[in-house]
Amino acid sequence: MKHSGNRAFLSGNAAIARGAWEAGVRFAAAYPGTPSTEILEFCGTYAEIDAQWAVNEKTAMETVIGACYGGARSICAQKHVGLNVAADPFFTVAYTGVNAALVIVSADDPGMHSSQNEQDNRFYSMMAKIPMFEPSNSQEAKDMTIAAVKLSEEFDTPVMVRTTTRISHSEGIVSLGEREKAPEREFVKDMAKYCVLPHNARRLHGKVEERQKKIAELGCKSPFNRIEEGDKSIGIIASGISYCHAREVFPNASYLKLGLTYPFPAELIKKFAASVEKLIVIEENDPFLETEVRALGISCIGKDRLPICGELNPDIIHESLKELVNLPMPATTPKATVDIPVRPPVLCPGCPHRGVFYTLRKLNCTVTGDIGCYSLGAFAPHNAMHTIVCMGASITNALGIEKAMKEKIHGKLVAVLGESTFMHSGITGLIDTVYNKGRHVTMILDNSITAMTGHQENPASGKTLKGEPTKVLDFAAMCRACGISNVHTVDPFDLKLLESTLKEALNDSEPSVIITRRPCFLLKNYKPRVRLVSINRAKCVKCGMCWKLGCPAIEVSPEDGKTVINSALCVHCGLCAAVCRPGAITQAKEEA
Amino acid sequence: MTTNILLCGVGGQGTLLASNLLAECAMEAGFDVKKSEIHGMAQRGGSVVSHVRFGERICSPIIRKGECDILLAFEELEALRWTEYLKPGGLVITNAQNILPMSVSAGNAVYPKNITQILAGMSVQTIAVDAIGKARELGNQKCLNVVLLGVLARRIKEVKPEIWPEMIKKMLPPKLQELNLKAFTTGWNLA
Ligand SMILES: Cc1ncc(C[n+]2csc(CCOP(=O)(O)OP(=O)(O)O)c2C)c(N)n1
Ligand code: SF4
Ligand code: SF4
Repeated sequence: MKHSGNRAFLSGNAAIARGAWEAGVRFAAAYPGTPSTEILEFCGTYAEIDAQWAVNEKTAMETVIGACYGGARSICAQKHVGLNVAADPFFTVAYTGVNAALVIVSADDPGMHSSQNEQDNRFYSMMAKIPMFEPSNSQEAKDMTIAAVKLSEEFDTPVMVRTTTRISHSEGIVSLGEREKAPEREFVKDMAKYCVLPHNARRLHGKVEERQKKIAELGCKSPFNRIEEGDKSIGIIASGISYCHAREVFPNASYLKLGLTYPFPAELIKKFAASVEKLIVIEENDPFLETEVRALGISCIGKDRLPICGELNPDIIHESLKELVNLPMPATTPKATVDIPVRPPVLCPGCPHRGVFYTLRKLNCTVTGDIGCYSLGAFAPHNAMHTIVCMGASITNALGIEKAMKEKIHGKLVAVLGESTFMHSGITGLIDTVYNKGRHVTMILDNSITAMTGHQENPASGKTLKGEPTKVLDFAAMCRACGISNVHTVDPFDLKLLESTLKEALNDSEPSVIITRRPCFLLKNYKPRVRLVSINRAKCVKCGMCWKLGCPAIEVSPEDGKTVINSALCVHCGLCAAVCRPGAITQAKEEA
Repeated sequence: MTTNILLCGVGGQGTLLASNLLAECAMEAGFDVKKSEIHGMAQRGGSVVSHVRFGERICSPIIRKGECDILLAFEELEALRWTEYLKPGGLVITNAQNILPMSVSAGNAVYPKNITQILAGMSVQTIAVDAIGKARELGNQKCLNVVLLGVLARRIKEVKPEIWPEMIKKMLPPKLQELNLKAFTTGWNLA
């Protein structure tokens, strides 16, 4: 980490990890997910924090719960949808409470920069009755993580820190402190506290409600919930990034800036509302604060004017509340009048997934998909993924489709998912498929890393988060143990074998699994042998076979419509040579 | 006074390192600084953008449309995509490089011609440099980002000239320093 004296320029995620370190956190676990991933990566850079990648968010949550029971101050971090996966233990740890502190980070993604939905996880804190901090910048991300550790031990409760993409991935100046020495604690058997059997749980629920009241009172005095006096004609209630955006548009208004947002500091809200003429609640996505304000019988401007969908920014706030703003909208430079082609992400040159989609499309399969780099297979020119719901859903979606369509779909249906996703939540679906006599094909694309989120180690990589060697999961044995009789393992660059294996598997009357094995091309220590690929353009007949690969290095010449290989991008994987029937593109026999 | 700089380009061009260096230099010069960028899907050759803001006190990490002082474009099409953010009369610095999006390489869309002329026709100042050519001359096209940073740095009067090389030395591993210091000076003298 970059430090200059006692200040550093940190992302919200780095600041959370720093806060955890300063607060004496000893244990951290998570499954990666944008925008929360780097929190664990940064935790892992501190020698004093034992940080680990879990197989999914539920196992991460349960492990940190165990660690805090065991006396280590602990943290877990997940993207918003990750908390859905971890929701079961999340709700119940609110009842048992902690021993050493437990901080649970939820990183939401308004605007869905890299997510499948825009759920507002502030409601989780309310539903689980777990107190929640919402930082507005990196400094607060650090400060609130430290405060969360304190609050957790003071009230024997897990505490949530909720960020959004713009907090997690924006950087700002943070002042640094020393690491606190946490008191020694260990697990003490206490059945009444840790076993949520109904008679215990009933009593514990009562305690939770008492705790809620106390923390709400504390929230009215907390330095994180403050009234910033300004012009009284407009009063704004805001938290998180919305506060920062609002400040740009209403620099002189009065503010109630909330940081310890839940349990709602009702008395403070009432006091503030009474002190201003017009009250506006500015928040991203759902009316979380606004609903509470209205429940207190206070009228306000909110989602009647501000959008629910998407990220907020100063421009949107200004536009939505125009007549209340004293500043003019900034004059802009007009956009160019020419069409500007979009530039969505694409599978990298040399990506091991490319041949899989080429083959699936060639055989005109119906493909239930999943989430990972390979989700790009849904886009042109592949067009070879037809459902994407959530992690792990590919296999069970396929099972459902075949239950509905029976012989109409038999022999055509393939579930496609990555190895990280398979371990996360695909295994249970595979057992379901065998048990309930499905017969679709499952393809596990094993590139030995969790690539989509920026290359995190997983049980297929043979390395832990801290870089230590560990056991590698044997996927073929795993699938056989689930009851799959026909498990095939192929190199996805061997297009002929891939195609014949897929044909065979589709005709199988039992469910089968094809594991495609080849490392992600961007893996740091992956140095595949290179045999040079070149094109003899005289032989190119513009058949377009190579275009179907969707390789960024393959271009269509605007002059003659023939293929050009962009030598700056080509990594000589050889796929295009394999599909080029006229023999215009060829690959050298010898290594370069 | 707040200075707003937007860096845009294509995933893999090294915009992140450039925006990091810029932010650290502004911090070293004594300003409050915020920077915002979206990771995630952008990695795989998609459009990328970083907002860097510095001044006495910065609230939102996002630059408003019409408030960007300098647009530093690593790629020409990306320059066009973000002009709306420029304040009228603002400066756009473009690297003379065209990277075709998939829709264009597949022949389904057209890459606009004469982008530097289109930009010159807008009410902005333009500087077009062959930074990628210079980076290749230096023997490693990866230093494109620091060549461009050099071009940009010369226009940022708020940061003293000696801060830039100091921070390059502080932030880069020793074996990359010489190349990048050269790249920076090349950019500084380029335009
Ligand atoms: C519940 C949940 N957790 C995390 C994520 C973030 N995420 C998206 S894809 C992915 C992993 C993909 O890894 P893998 O299946 O191995 O495919 P690859 O990207 O390596 O091709 C993760 C962690 C998510 N979308 N949902
Ligand atoms: S990061 Fe790896 S798995 Fe993802 S698209 Fe690139 S090569 Fe493929
Ligand atoms: S060999 Fe062909 S498919 Fe592979 S990276 Fe080069 S151009 Fe793309």
